[in-house]
Amino acid sequence: MTDIGTMRVKSGLADMLKGGVIMDVTDAEQAKIAEDAGACAVMALERVPSDIRAQGGVARMADPTKIQEIQESVSIPVMAKARIGHFVEAQILQSLEVDYIDESEVLTPADEANHINKWKFDVPFVCGAVNLGEALRRISEGAAMIRTKGEAGTGDVVEAVRHMRTIMGEIRRLQTLDEDELYVAAKQLPAPLELVKWVAEHGKLPVVNFSAGGIATPADAALMMQLGAEGVFVGSGIFKSEDPQKRANAIVKAATNYRDPAVLAEVSVGLGDAMPGIDAARMPAESKLQHRGW
Amino acid sequence: MTPHGGKRLDWILSPDPALDPLGPGAGLAVGVLALQGDFREHRVMLERLGARTSEVRRPADLDGLDGLVIPGGESTTIHKLMEEYDLAGPIKAFSAEGGIVYGTCAGLITVARATVEGRPTTLGLMDVVARRNAFGRQVRSFEADLQIDGVAGGPVRAVFIRAPWIESAGPGVETLATCEGRIVAAREGDVLVTAFHPELTDDTRLHELFIHMIRRRQGAGAESSPTPAERDAGAPGRAPAAAGHR
Repeated sequence: MTDIGTMRVKSGLADMLKGGVIMDVTDAEQAKIAEDAGACAVMALERVPSDIRAQGGVARMADPTKIQEIQESVSIPVMAKARIGHFVEAQILQSLEVDYIDESEVLTPADEANHINKWKFDVPFVCGAVNLGEALRRISEGAAMIRTKGEAGTGDVVEAVRHMRTIMGEIRRLQTLDEDELYVAAKQLPAPLELVKWVAEHGKLPVVNFSAGGIATPADAALMMQLGAEGVFVGSGIFKSEDPQKRANAIVKAATNYRDPAVLAEVSVGLGDAMPGIDAARMPAESKLQHRGW
Repeated sequence: MTPHGGKRLDWILSPDPALDPLGPGAGLAVGVLALQGDFREHRVMLERLGARTSEVRRPADLDGLDGLVIPGGESTTIHKLMEEYDLAGPIKAFSAEGGIVYGTCAGLITVARATVEGRPTTLGLMDVVARRNAFGRQVRSFEADLQIDGVAGGPVRAVFIRAPWIESAGPGVETLATCEGRIVAAREGDVLVTAFHPELTDDTRLHELFIHMIRRRQGAGAESSPTPAERDAGAPGRAPAAAGHR
């Protein structure tokens, strides 16, 4: 019996991406730079998050021409973003045969109550989360990979740290509970009881968890991995920096050697200016993207 | 038993395997190339079989190993980092000196003589030409039951993720399994490859075959070749027969 689109096949690709860096790219040239630098996948977009933030307006799925141009230029997996709840954008991305769909808060949400029912697709989905409840709700909808949201387009790692620490802390807390207490824990998160029990037993999420949103330096990438991320997404951080090729190379090496300060020091030398950042703590709540998602 | 083919939560909700310190790999030291990819899953499989495992990121990490697994991952990333840390030469030397190598998916590409696409540059440990992403993009990734030569006990549930296949193989290469008429598992001398990922299932039989290749190699280096049962009894890491007893 041959099966496509099983959870094992979907989460299996996320397993293959582990220890790697997924880079936002807006054209074939950037995709080549990312691949040559050792990116394990690219995210095809029309605008990187910092430009979406600066320009405002409604952010939507990228033009299929753009996605196909990027697919033709590289051999590594190509991901693309759909708006939260916009299952038709997801249907289009699946027919384009992108390798992963990111149901992303970086784009303007299309549904303020429902996310995409991801079980209906053969292509796997990655979704953002700021806490354990949100991560488990996305998994219950069929997400095969999670990324902590951070605050995209800021170059400020503080929100990424907050979300990773929150999720890891909530997992540890579940492990301390008596099994009789898990029912209320599930209600409080809120998340499906069967997934809450699984996490309490295994001490980790049932799918791969990457970090995203604000990673701008090799040290940021290594920080997130030491905090428990299994890999990182770098959005604006590479192609909004002074020397994207060099920075991309450095972040890839940092992800592999995230526990080796000597390597981290070596790769951090002479990278030029990082992307100009925004202090996330001073941003008004309404301009934060992380609150999108329910 | 892990339910197969389900699109619901059955698979991710299945429990983790228990470790077996007295399995067939007891006393063996096996490294897993840990530059990128699913190296932890290979470590779990090997430790279930009793082998001591370690992560290989630098040439020095190969010292003292009996076997090396090159895991699944993104082959361009793994090759880029292998170049960066000068691992190609030391891995070739490890293989030439009798170290057993098992490559899965990206690892199959790594050990091949060449790829159809001409890149990345491969190690040439096995006389095969690999075609990358041969089955198509992720929406065509699949799992299927495969009969594998040398693996008893019925078919293996083989998980193919953007998998390569072996386009052509030299005369010394033994085909162990085919899928859609293409070679997806093979062995040549001390090198084993699969285009699929046994480490993503709870079936350890391919890893047992790898362990058996290490044992057989060690047996061939000794004065006589003991049977697997005799080797089990005398394996380092277990109580050595007649040692320290009066």
